[in-house]
Amino acid sequence: MVLVYSDEKKLTLELLNIARELALELHKKVIAVAIGHDEHATEYLEHGADLVIVAETPQHQFKAEEYTSILQSIMKEHRNEIVLIGSNKNGKELAGRLASKLDAGCVMDCTKVYIHDKKLTTERIVYSGNAIAVEQFTSPPQIVTIPSKVFDPLPKNPNHKGEIIKKKFDSEHSPSKILKVQEMKSEGVNVEDAQIIVSCGRGFKKKEDIKLVSELADVLKGRTVGCSRPIAADLKWLSEDHWIGLSGHKVKPKLYVACGISGQIQHIAGMRDSGVIVAINKDPEALIFKSADYGIVGDLYEVLPKLTSAIKEKMG
Amino acid sequence: MNIIVCAKQVVDVAEIKVDSSTKKPILVGVPQKISDMDKNALEEAIKVKEKHGGKITILTVGAPDAKERMKELLAMGADEGVLIPPPEHADYHVIAHLLAGAMKKIGSYDIIFCGEASIDMFSGQMGPRIAGLLNIPQITYAQQVTVEQNKVVAERNLGEKAVIIESPFPVLITVTKEINQPRLPSLMAILASSSKPIHEWPATDVTTEALVPKLQTMDIKGIPMQRKNIIYQNDLDQSVGKLVDELAKVGVLR
Ligand SMILES: Cc1cc2nc3c(=O)[nH]c(=O)nc-3n(C[C@H](O)[C@H](O)[C@H](O)COP(=O)(O)OP(=O)(O)OC[C@H]3O[C@@H](n4cnc5c(N)ncnc54)[C@H](O)[C@@H]3O)c2cc1C
Ligand SMILES: Nc1ncnc2c1ncn2[C@@H]1O[C@H](COP(=O)(O)O)[C@@H](O)[C@H]1O
Repeated sequence: MVLVYSDEKKLTLELLNIARELALELHKKVIAVAIGHDEHATEYLEHGADLVIVAETPQHQFKAEEYTSILQSIMKEHRNEIVLIGSNKNGKELAGRLASKLDAGCVMDCTKVYIHDKKLTTERIVYSGNAIAVEQFTSPPQIVTIPSKVFDPLPKNPNHKGEIIKKKFDSEHSPSKILKVQEMKSEGVNVEDAQIIVSCGRGFKKKEDIKLVSELADVLKGRTVGCSRPIAADLKWLSEDHWIGLSGHKVKPKLYVACGISGQIQHIAGMRDSGVIVAINKDPEALIFKSADYGIVGDLYEVLPKLTSAIKEKMG
Repeated sequence: MNIIVCAKQVVDVAEIKVDSSTKKPILVGVPQKISDMDKNALEEAIKVKEKHGGKITILTVGAPDAKERMKELLAMGADEGVLIPPPEHADYHVIAHLLAGAMKKIGSYDIIFCGEASIDMFSGQMGPRIAGLLNIPQITYAQQVTVEQNKVVAERNLGEKAVIIESPFPVLITVTKEINQPRLPSLMAILASSSKPIHEWPATDVTTEALVPKLQTMDIKGIPMQRKNIIYQNDLDQSVGKLVDELAKVGVLR
């Protein structure tokens, strides 16, 4: 069997696509797991699952220890050779723990998953974006995590029928206790879907100056502002949904404009798949120019207002 | 308080060059360092020790030359180091068993600190694996940690939300880069650290299991980055004009 789990419905639907593909090739079935609630079960069937297991549990909040033991119990009953888990932070800590409990191999953040020489083969970015590691599992069970947007969900097929089982599974009780869940400040931007992104980095002297970037984003009709890690994580000038890079969001807009960003490999790792990359930096030696299609060497405080008005004029 | 910090020696990813003909990264001869977030892990351990007393042990699975890097960690404030050279074929499964085996051999631990991820592989896998093998709670992506007499309260950073979680000991915690600013050791501390021990334990000392990797690396491929690299300097108005014309031409100004 190929088992699919994510605590995000969207990711589950995306994973079901690749799960189907693998299952078809290996003549296996696809199981989707939902923990704690069943409201998406039918949708999972319509998007490719042959069986949806709804694990009933008194635990309503995610805890890796407890969710791991639920998946472990499911694995014991349904021999799953391949486990696909959605690669968000909860998914990754779940996959790692599950791997240790099953003495299994686990590859995180795969961008390709396929069968080669009859073996499950994965590709992932390593060395902060300098290379791709091709790895092959030597034995089951095999755990793979996949980030959002690597696969599209299959189109909905109301004729794809399957079974929904609701069941209680044994789960370990973790001695840890969740005290509070706090929504972090978020501006609700979705850089992953954006067609045009204008990003800012440490080249900006103060928070207010970021308006130079949003003004450019506005005339580009992109209206999406991105940033480097320090702007979101250290200075907290923007919320983390703007953060682009290896440890932030991976984006592929048709136009990416990097302003006052040095172009360290970890930033490039998040935007290297963009269509056209433009860089504005006062340092002619800045690394960002090596990763850019077009660049302007200059002070962003002079360049940005001029660029904004020139584009406004051009677009009429 | 017995604290263990897992620290990994990695190639400095910023120094990696790419072979111009094969487009593959050249990994030999790249300078090595301790993975960034592992220093954050140690810094957090030192803060706990400053408050509650105790002992900090550094655990590294790595080549013998990692001892040089581990010395920096002793200078920062760790008490001793344990280095375990890995067998020739090692993957996460194998290394997790070695680290967990070493912890069992050490015998007593209240908090185990890891980095949220290593900067070369960036998996975020080792911490949860160790916690699983030791059967203890895990708190990942901690951006704030408060240790009290018999429990720890930590704040997990999940991007769109923060989860505040409490756990008794023993517990494994993985920390983010933003949790603290790792200290730079003073010259005095560097000199004093030369008397702190770094033990080398053979793999067979920490586990009797025959560890067979579950994964095989088939290839490390390069990622060619084909970009036009058209850079405008000098006259700013002209540069802006040319850039806008180009952007219109390639069709991104619609
Ligand atoms: C494990 C790990 C993960 C990481 N993940 C990420 C990630 O996901 N995303 C990310 O972005 N970073 C990440 N980083 C951090 C990354 O290595 C860099 O430190 C970061 O990207 C630098 O941000 P910056 O370019 O904004 O700042 P800096 O490197 O300080 O660059 C500022 C740039 O602005 C230019 N500048 C200054 N003044 C002006 C001006 N007036 N006009 C024009 N240009 C000006 C300077 O020449 C310089 O090039 C990670 C690091 C590690 C170790
Ligand atoms: N070989 C190793 N030796 C010691 N600690 C390690 C090793 N590999 C990984 N770790 C720890 O596990 C964390 C996460 O690593 P990774 O799973 O590779 O992203 C690191 O930040 C270290 O704390």
